[in-house]
Amino acid sequence: MEVFATAVPALSDAWGLILQPIVLGYLVLGVVMGLAVGVFPGLGGIAGLSLLLPFMFGMDPILGLALMIGMVAVVPTSDTFASVLMGIPGSSASQATVLDGFPMAKKGEAARALSAAFASSLFGGLVGATFLTMFILVARPIVLAFGLPEMLMITILGLSMVAILAGRIPLKGVAAAGLGLMVGTIGEADAGGSLRMATYDIPYLTDGLKLVIVGLGIFAVPEIVSLLRQDRSIAKGASLGAGWLDGVKDWAANIWLSVRCSIIGVVVGVIPGLGGSVVDWIAYGHSVQSTKDKSNFGKGEVRGVIGPESSNNAKEGGGLVPTLLFGIPGSGSMAIFIGAVALLGSGDIEVGPSMLKDNLDITYSIVWLLALANVVGTILCIAASGGIAKLTTIRFTYLAPFLFMLISFAAFQSGQNFEDLLALFVIGLIGIFLRRFDWSRPAFLIGFVLSNPVEKFTNQAFQIASFRFRKSFGEGMEYVFSPIVIVLIVVTVVSVILGIRQAKMIMAEGEVKSGSKRAPLIFLLVIMAYLIVALVNANMIPDYNMTDKIIPLVIGSVSLFCCVILLIQMMRRPEGDAIFADKEIAGEDASAPHGLWSTLAWFASLIAATWVVGFILALIGFLIAFLRIRAGSSWQMTLILTACGIGFMCLMAGALNRDFPPGLLQDMVNLPWPLK
Amino acid sequence: MTISNFTRRAVVGLIAAAGIAAPAAAEVDFSGKTVEWVIPFSETGGSAKWANFFAPLLSEALPGQPTVVVKFMPGAGSTKGANWFQEQSHDDGTLLFGTSGSTQFPYLLSDPRVRYEYNDWIPVMASGTGGVAYLNAEDGAKFDGSANALKDTNFIYGSQGATRLDLVPLLAWQMLGMNVEPVFGIKGRGDGRLMFERGEANIDYQTSSGYLGGSAPLVESGQAVPMMTWGALDADGNIVRDPTFPDIPTFKEVCEATDGCETSGEAWDAWKAFFVAGFPVQKLAFLPGDTPQEVVDAYTVAFQAVTERGDFADISSKRVGKYPVFVGDGSKAALQTATNVDDNAKAYVLNWLKEAYGVELN
Repeated sequence: MEVFATAVPALSDAWGLILQPIVLGYLVLGVVMGLAVGVFPGLGGIAGLSLLLPFMFGMDPILGLALMIGMVAVVPTSDTFASVLMGIPGSSASQATVLDGFPMAKKGEAARALSAAFASSLFGGLVGATFLTMFILVARPIVLAFGLPEMLMITILGLSMVAILAGRIPLKGVAAAGLGLMVGTIGEADAGGSLRMATYDIPYLTDGLKLVIVGLGIFAVPEIVSLLRQDRSIAKGASLGAGWLDGVKDWAANIWLSVRCSIIGVVVGVIPGLGGSVVDWIAYGHSVQSTKDKSNFGKGEVRGVIGPESSNNAKEGGGLVPTLLFGIPGSGSMAIFIGAVALLGSGDIEVGPSMLKDNLDITYSIVWLLALANVVGTILCIAASGGIAKLTTIRFTYLAPFLFMLISFAAFQSGQNFEDLLALFVIGLIGIFLRRFDWSRPAFLIGFVLSNPVEKFTNQAFQIASFRFRKSFGEGMEYVFSPIVIVLIVVTVVSVILGIRQAKMIMAEGEVKSGSKRAPLIFLLVIMAYLIVALVNANMIPDYNMTDKIIPLVIGSVSLFCCVILLIQMMRRPEGDAIFADKEIAGEDASAPHGLWSTLAWFASLIAATWVVGFILALIGFLIAFLRIRAGSSWQMTLILTACGIGFMCLMAGALNRDFPPGLLQDMVNLPWPLK
Repeated sequence: MTISNFTRRAVVGLIAAAGIAAPAAAEVDFSGKTVEWVIPFSETGGSAKWANFFAPLLSEALPGQPTVVVKFMPGAGSTKGANWFQEQSHDDGTLLFGTSGSTQFPYLLSDPRVRYEYNDWIPVMASGTGGVAYLNAEDGAKFDGSANALKDTNFIYGSQGATRLDLVPLLAWQMLGMNVEPVFGIKGRGDGRLMFERGEANIDYQTSSGYLGGSAPLVESGQAVPMMTWGALDADGNIVRDPTFPDIPTFKEVCEATDGCETSGEAWDAWKAFFVAGFPVQKLAFLPGDTPQEVVDAYTVAFQAVTERGDFADISSKRVGKYPVFVGDGSKAALQTATNVDDNAKAYVLNWLKEAYGVELN
């Protein structure tokens, strides 16, 4: 009880610090800035915090914290706008939200989805903060109990969610996840530095593909292209059904789901090294498993929004534990946060083990500033959601060019290479075909996201385990099969068994008709060809770098094995079998007035023009041409919209001090920003 | 010229130059301009912290008080940004570039991705750090100032990669005859410390600030025992005790006390060369090679003014450690020490990397 004797006064000190008008003012300022920055998918917290850094030097610590936390806290909240309204996953925190949030928007229930999401976020944030207030005092030994085998098991638990999201043909889901894992291994290996499917002549590939690009390519590009082909509004019939109040009611009706997912969020968030990548999938999987009627998942089930959204803000709170107690950032924005804290005041606050001893009041202030920022941000977001939801009633042809603009810019920010745009296009193409042939896109993304952790934890845990086994067999067993690992194994097995039973009911792509053999077969052969090349490539890595080749070899072989079985099934089954699912046979895509390639050509032309004249000039040409020709709007309208788009882009990029992709022109002539 | 001679000369020059008054301010005015300080790492690393600390101070000190913003260009272990900077030329003096030991090591080891040449650039500021190695309590009890009693123990160390700054501790432990198995693939020294705290690793090292913030509390609570620092350089280029950790012996002392470890010969020369490149001169700020002298002078004067602030010692020690900051000619000398490694030392390290870890850089 000794700990609580120090905790209570520190907690009241913290509230004393927070509840000053000026502190709250800074917090609100941070929140508003965070929301403004958050409209950019894939940029969010890191860009915003970098922007604040110059002002942090010598600033009063509590004011600086209020400003920074206000900004960081609302990013997972404001992300939701893009993922629900446009199907654009802004960060790893909002990937699972896309699965049901975007279908809801398509049904005209955008406001309901948004407010359900925001209410869940808010609640999750508060549960997280309450939990942390107690937990942070005893967290250290618990966090240290999570060694490499435990982290590996949690990663595998996340991966096991593939079972639920695999779709109608489980083998296709497994193969999609395997393909995602393989794409995730592209680049320089963490352990030994060997190159996989990359060469030093293309430096871009040696760093591997970024999550932002893969998320945008797999989810956003196919949806944008599909909607654009159909030439309609996001909400079918351009009408808005349920309003924001319904969403709050939905949340209230599912409050226990929200509680459980918040706890999942905060607990997984506490473990350093995992970050947010698995949390929302585990929460989504839990939502599915705990729902009686699973038939609506993937088609706009509100529980599929409430689960992940409850967990992602709670996770931010949980992520404070490794950040504050160990000085190990759980995410990119937390890493900047640590750096910025050192700049505050006289530099006395040292994030790390001494935080609880020396600065418990500051620690509590951070926890509750985060919760408070959540409240402020959520209320602002709910207030705005009804109005913003109207975007879904606009004819999509007017939205699409601006979405292409946004996702290109977001992709470029991840690596600041022209190749980022090419990668986005190529991954987008893969996404389009995965969607068309009903290969589970969520499974692919889970595979990609968890590729690095799976490989890293497997190698490291294996190395340390063999070290322990060399000491004695007992010590090795004790290390590998700790009680936590055993519990996680049981949970994983149960979740896989349940998942496989339920998978057939959850169709992330909705109903897909099946057609002739040819197109699905060609796609399968292309995937197999890639897997074979990747396997041969991995096999060429010398044996002394076994750590770099073992995972690609094993995963690649398993995926290839699945593909071979699929191939045999395809040869034996008749046309029209579910295995030959193809969106171009019947349904929205098939009856769309515009073709796939002509629509995609617009996006390709933006990228090609960027390569020649740089982003802003290309964008001017693209917007004018698109609005005039494809959308058929008047010159006046075209020019006004183009000016708005360019102006918005320059304003945001200018404020955030970001560059645009340069082209050949910029190599030859020195142009002023924003043309540079 | 031998390494130690070279190092000594360079360090003498470096220390001497640091004391010389900076050149008079020239007619350069940055009013209303924005200086971009490009860092070839992500927003999250130590170099970001370093640049973010100096940026506002530099902004105050430059003529015309321009805004100084830090920009990040991560990729390929910082070689992408450095290759990019190699292509830049002087425009209006508003481009500054920062490198770290992670940029210097690939350069020294002739990594195939390196397409930059340090000698083409004009250094304007350099700063350094130190490092401390420590053991867990059980093995630390066997440490008596020499590594003699540690040779039969198997050690596990969480490492970022043998070709990174981790080269310095790994080579040091090998020279002491210790059996240290690195677990590769961790993302930062913080992760290494966490592995140590979980008991998965039983030996670790941190740079000075990381040690003070995260590991010193472990030492206080008896969970860790400090083993050695890498040391610091004196005016003659000799390794002496690190002023931040005067009570911890240096690797040199431990090596002298340990049977079979020698503080001369090719292994020692190689270790020292890479230590100098990675620690006492870890971070450098550069202007493009064709920058006119008056702009260089303006930056020199500004950085000089920053280091001469009354509160500089105080504010810098908490944020970037209390190590000397070299400006002007001092930074030139620092660059020389940091980027000139004798061919024998380089060959030795390349061979050792290949034999011990199977790493080939070509």
